Amino acid sequence: MDMQVKKKLGLKEKYALMTRNLGWEPSYEKREDVYPLLDYEGIKIHDWDKWEDPFRLTMDSYWKYQAEKERKLYAIIDAFNQNNGHLNVTDARYINAMKIFLSAVPSLEYNAHRGFARLGRHMGGVGPQVACQMQAIDEIRHCQTQIHSISNYNRFYNGIHDWKYMNDRLWYLSVPKSFFEDACSCGPFEFIIAIGFSFEYVLTNLVFVPFVSGAAYNGDMGTMTFGFSAQSDEARHMTLGLEVIKFMLEQDPANLPIVQKWIDKWTWRGVRLLTIVAMMMDYMLPKRVMSWKEAWEIYFEQNGMSLFKDLARYGIKVPDCVEQIKKEKDHLSHQAWTTFYAAAPMTNFHTWIPSDDELDWLSSKYPDTFDKYYRPRFEFFREQAEKGERFVNPNLPQLCQVCQIPMLFTEPDDPTQIAYRQVEHAGEKYHFCSDHCQHIFEHEPEKYVEAWLPVHQILQGNCFAKGDDPTAPDFNPIASVMKWWHLENGKDNGDFAGSEDEKNFAQWRGMATSNT
Amino acid sequence: MSNVFIALQTNEESRHIVEALLEDNPTAVVDEQPAMVKINVPGSLVLRRTTVEEKMGRPFDLQEMQVNLITLSGHVDEDEDEFRLSWND
Repeated sequence: MDMQVKKKLGLKEKYALMTRNLGWEPSYEKREDVYPLLDYEGIKIHDWDKWEDPFRLTMDSYWKYQAEKERKLYAIIDAFNQNNGHLNVTDARYINAMKIFLSAVPSLEYNAHRGFARLGRHMGGVGPQVACQMQAIDEIRHCQTQIHSISNYNRFYNGIHDWKYMNDRLWYLSVPKSFFEDACSCGPFEFIIAIGFSFEYVLTNLVFVPFVSGAAYNGDMGTMTFGFSAQSDEARHMTLGLEVIKFMLEQDPANLPIVQKWIDKWTWRGVRLLTIVAMMMDYMLPKRVMSWKEAWEIYFEQNGMSLFKDLARYGIKVPDCVEQIKKEKDHLSHQAWTTFYAAAPMTNFHTWIPSDDELDWLSSKYPDTFDKYYRPRFEFFREQAEKGERFVNPNLPQLCQVCQIPMLFTEPDDPTQIAYRQVEHAGEKYHFCSDHCQHIFEHEPEKYVEAWLPVHQILQGNCFAKGDDPTAPDFNPIASVMKWWHLENGKDNGDFAGSEDEKNFAQWRGMATSNT
Repeated sequence: MSNVFIALQTNEESRHIVEALLEDNPTAVVDEQPAMVKINVPGSLVLRRTTVEEKMGRPFDLQEMQVNLITLSGHVDEDEDEFRLSWND
């Protein structure tokens, strides 16, 4: 008998069989009942089969490569722990950057998982359904590996003993948390533009690439590994984000103004969110790969603009906020670090005044602004600290109703003037850090009046420790809020110099490098 | 002309992929960063399976690159023989 030898399937053929052919048209239910979320945002899709997934990754290959990534990651995490890898970091100050990252990011990954799982169900074509399902699984993998990674550090260092509890309560963590909750409460098309395009394509490189490369440079093998393992999925996510925008714009010209509005909104929302990453890169990595400004120029100004140039053929314009962003890149990280330094008793990490070498590095990287506006502030803080009068801002700040960041940003053309915007809506006043956050509010006030703003909640008396009596004569509101956050002032925060973290690290490193 | 780029974790597999990229893209510029290597090419980039296989001395599936990939920029087009990145500007 002649054996018919079948040729191995080509990539395109395999993708067609194992992805596109998995879909079917409903016969006894109406299509709009099966996919009820596709119309209300105004996006018109005429032919879901026009969708192309450029990676053509099928589920069998997906599982194979993801399993290999996990094996590599956990082998390294084991090695990191077996070798007390946390003691190899350049300087224990660095671990405070990890405290911020691990307090904020796992819940973002989890919300990204929720969002993409919903899209995997609700997108109207099998190509995007499969791509969104894969991304949903990626995101929960990132969440899990980051939660596992917390235990590499919180066994030894203070401030991240109760990350999930704090993630729902601690003031600055409401910034990233509300960003993703904002996205998850959008319709499916806005969600994918918000996260798939604006966040993944335009901004995620700035979170993971120079910062994680910086972790490697600072001897933190654990973070480098989970960071790059997560990032290896991002290339696929970015490609999905780019594909989705092309698909929406090619399907109907009426989609353009809707998509443009979302790009404008989410580019700004994302840039505001990255303020804290700017600070981590410029102030919290003892050895620096590049400044925030340099990373910004490579990944946003060069790469992001290549993208907008490419999309110009569909009529997409560079968002207006880019003009302001250009002006802010010289200021952002310095304004954020001075704010956190002054808020020392209300965080879950340590701060410090940069050393002379570090101040010189900042001067050289920010020649137009650092010596003029920021160096004198740090020198003043240092003088105060040396006199035993460490500078602390004891006030609760006004928060922006949209990005939830304290009013710390200055006017785009006047770095000596804090920017405030205010509008009235339904008889109430609302406050904003910028024109762009104000415009986002004005477009959807019903959504943003619902924001859970930590400072407002504290002032309303909703954030005091159980059993504390706010009417008692010796009631200390800040101490009570700290207790409610599960934070111990001075142990979990404050100056790095003299902290338990500093003492322990020095002692353990001493034990690791000598016999006494 | 805008650059496309691809960034990989530095390891033994990526070393061969980078060698293949440099051979197939004469205008490529290598940017080495801690733990990663980024290849920038004006306009478009191609990675050929046969070139990687020659460097590695073993059969290579282009999708294996997923394991070591960090980031990329440009439109992706992939089949079993070539992985391409390009901008349409």
